[in-house]
Amino acid sequence: MIDHDLPELPCRDLVELVTEYLEDRLSPLDRARFDAHLAECDACRAFLDQFRQTIRTLGRLPEESLSPEARATLLAAFRGWPRR
Amino acid sequence: MDRNDEALIQALRNGDEGTFSEIVDRWNSVMLRVALAHVAIHAVAEEVVQEAWLTMLRSLDRFERRSTLRTWVLGIVVNIARARFRAERRLVPLPADDGGPTVEPSRFLPADHPRWPHHWAIEPVPWKTPEDDLLAEETRRIINAAISELPHAQREVLVLRDLEGMAAAEACNILGVTDTHQRVLLHRARARVRNALERYLSGTEAP
Repeated sequence: MIDHDLPELPCRDLVELVTEYLEDRLSPLDRARFDAHLAECDACRAFLDQFRQTIRTLGRLPEESLSPEARATLLAAFRGWPRR
Repeated sequence: MDRNDEALIQALRNGDEGTFSEIVDRWNSVMLRVALAHVAIHAVAEEVVQEAWLTMLRSLDRFERRSTLRTWVLGIVVNIARARFRAERRLVPLPADDGGPTVEPSRFLPADHPRWPHHWAIEPVPWKTPEDDLLAEETRRIINAAISELPHAQREVLVLRDLEGMAAAEACNILGVTDTHQRVLLHRARARVRNALERYLSGTEAP
């Protein structure tokens, strides 16, 4: 059942709320508007899915690493570190 | 503060090189990524990381334990990287963000549309690429290019939250931003990366 008293959330505004939605920071009213819109809009569901894919992919990017030279310099500096 | 932090600090004070090399290796990637949010050259980012470690060792006795050791060290990286960028800023144009909509307004119908005001006019182009293929070399190049063009404040947040999967609270602590502000920065950064992927995957942009 669609609650027809809920003020509509148009696509243009929904796309700006995706991170707040994913972080669960929307007010209960806005969350209900968001969900109601999603239930009816393929395009926004596709947008949300692409947003999620983007986030997951960012989390799987290969790590950075120090060059062996920089790492060796750092360990040497630690070895020579004055201690009490 | 982390339960293990006290043991770590003690080991560092005792000159335990094994412990030091272990945390260098463990925090390597995140430290470099934070540095790279401000300096483009990998070798310069490495200098920032080295300097951060030396600063950390020098200040270990003053560490107030109000955060975890990792949060504290990353805060040091942020400060050094920001300062390094300020010193060299004349050399590079600053990426801009006008704070406007994150999706091109022409993609939506006008406000006076009789049936669908502000709904999609040009819908998101479906990505036919399986998600695993987004990590292929070409798409990764698109993603990295989009990240490198982000305003630095957005990039810092994206690195900590999405590349590193860090909780919002720790990211805010490291970067010295409010929770609301980090969410705005995060959204704008994510939207730009998605836009870049959409442009590439829909064939409107050459690799």
